[in-house]
Amino acid sequence: MFSVGEIIRTGETISSGLGDRTTKLLIITPIPYGHKFAIKDISKGENILTYGEAIGRATQDIALGSHAHIQNIEGLRGRGDLESQEV
Amino acid sequence: MQFEGYRRENSSVGTRNYVGIISTVVCANEVAENIAREVEGTACFTHHQGCCQTPPDINRVNDTLIGLGRNPNLAAVLLVSLGCESTAVEDVEKAIVEAGKRVETIVIQEIGGAARSSAEGILLAQDMVMEASKMKRVSCPMNDLVLGLKCGSSDTTSGLAANPALGIASDQLVEAGGTSIVGEVTEFIGAEHLLAKHAENDSIGQQILDLVDRMEKRAKSVGTDIRGGQPTGGNIKGGLTTIEEKSLGAIAKAGNATIKAVYEYGVAPKTHGLVVMDSPGREPEILTGLAAAGCNVIAFTTGRGAPQGFPFVPVIKITGNRQTWDKLQDHVDVDVSSILEGTETLQSAGKRIFEAILEVASGRKTKAEISGYTKAMDIYVVGPVI
Repeated sequence: MFSVGEIIRTGETISSGLGDRTTKLLIITPIPYGHKFAIKDISKGENILTYGEAIGRATQDIALGSHAHIQNIEGLRGRGDLESQEV
Repeated sequence: MQFEGYRRENSSVGTRNYVGIISTVVCANEVAENIAREVEGTACFTHHQGCCQTPPDINRVNDTLIGLGRNPNLAAVLLVSLGCESTAVEDVEKAIVEAGKRVETIVIQEIGGAARSSAEGILLAQDMVMEASKMKRVSCPMNDLVLGLKCGSSDTTSGLAANPALGIASDQLVEAGGTSIVGEVTEFIGAEHLLAKHAENDSIGQQILDLVDRMEKRAKSVGTDIRGGQPTGGNIKGGLTTIEEKSLGAIAKAGNATIKAVYEYGVAPKTHGLVVMDSPGREPEILTGLAAAGCNVIAFTTGRGAPQGFPFVPVIKITGNRQTWDKLQDHVDVDVSSILEGTETLQSAGKRIFEAILEVASGRKTKAEISGYTKAMDIYVVGPVI
């Protein structure tokens, strides 16, 4: 647990829990409070899972321990832009 | 388990006891505001609709005004009309009277201008408030509580803490015989399959999916990515990346109860338990829709600090973000940031929210009421202004 306003700094090693499994990982970009980081290397086009559900897909490769947000993830719903390209 | 409320003639129960000053068209707002400003004990509802709209939207305006007038938190209603609007003012009046309330209507063009209309309205409202003030709170069972569920200015803490805690409180209310209404259909997008699993039967599940499909098509018809509008800029700063992620956190506030029915915007549920109501996520429109559907109390979670309240339905603010609690003391009622700090269970925080709902329903004022931040109101329309 960490307090609000705090960010995780580049070079910090943190414990990441997924289910019963806890792993240590190295943070390689700053992570603002409440933001996500990759807990494995993610390839462009892969689905991004939170809450065990797909929230979108990677628009570029995302390295383990780096900030995962709008710069490298896109949503797949409500995409009027994609539909107008298809027409 | 009981709360103290105002039992109305049609047996619904108010948690507040206002005389509603309701404008029937955007052009009558000034007079409605004048009257409400001069008379203690009134609550004023103004909006931007009621003229030059397509028939489905005019019907929506009529039905919403009827629902608002029938809301049990209003003891009596003064309708303020300009006179030439499209709103069916007489029908609105009649439908509110049918709920057993005193309704008076003033028409600005008939009385002769704003000054005379304000004066006449003030005198009427004074008399109505005096009459309403005779009402006393009585003990009421939980099935008289109709809770609106809402989240706004969400961040990561909303989906992880405040919303699931509110879901526990909502489940507790439903178990005790009450009603919870969840709206914000835009924020079902990407999570609707999970919500549909909670439906009582396949037909209700399909209705949920259809509502989401309709809302998503509407958003897509603009030809752009919904992101930026949903999630909002603030949501994105708070760590929410896509509408799917926001939705997965948002639906947690509906808890695990069975969804008994699906309704259009502002329609009063005909059943107890958890129900879904069509509405967008924006505050003025959904708070108005929940009030029109008969909610007598609203629970509203916020990550970054949403201040909005409603004129005559108390809106309880809940945050799971410690910084927001520390910074926005004049807006937030319940702090559940202890969940993410690991010092309180979701269950215990949910219980505290439930207790706050009962207290507020029985008369304790919310921060929004105390600060006068109660003007998030407007009617959700879907067609063009013509």
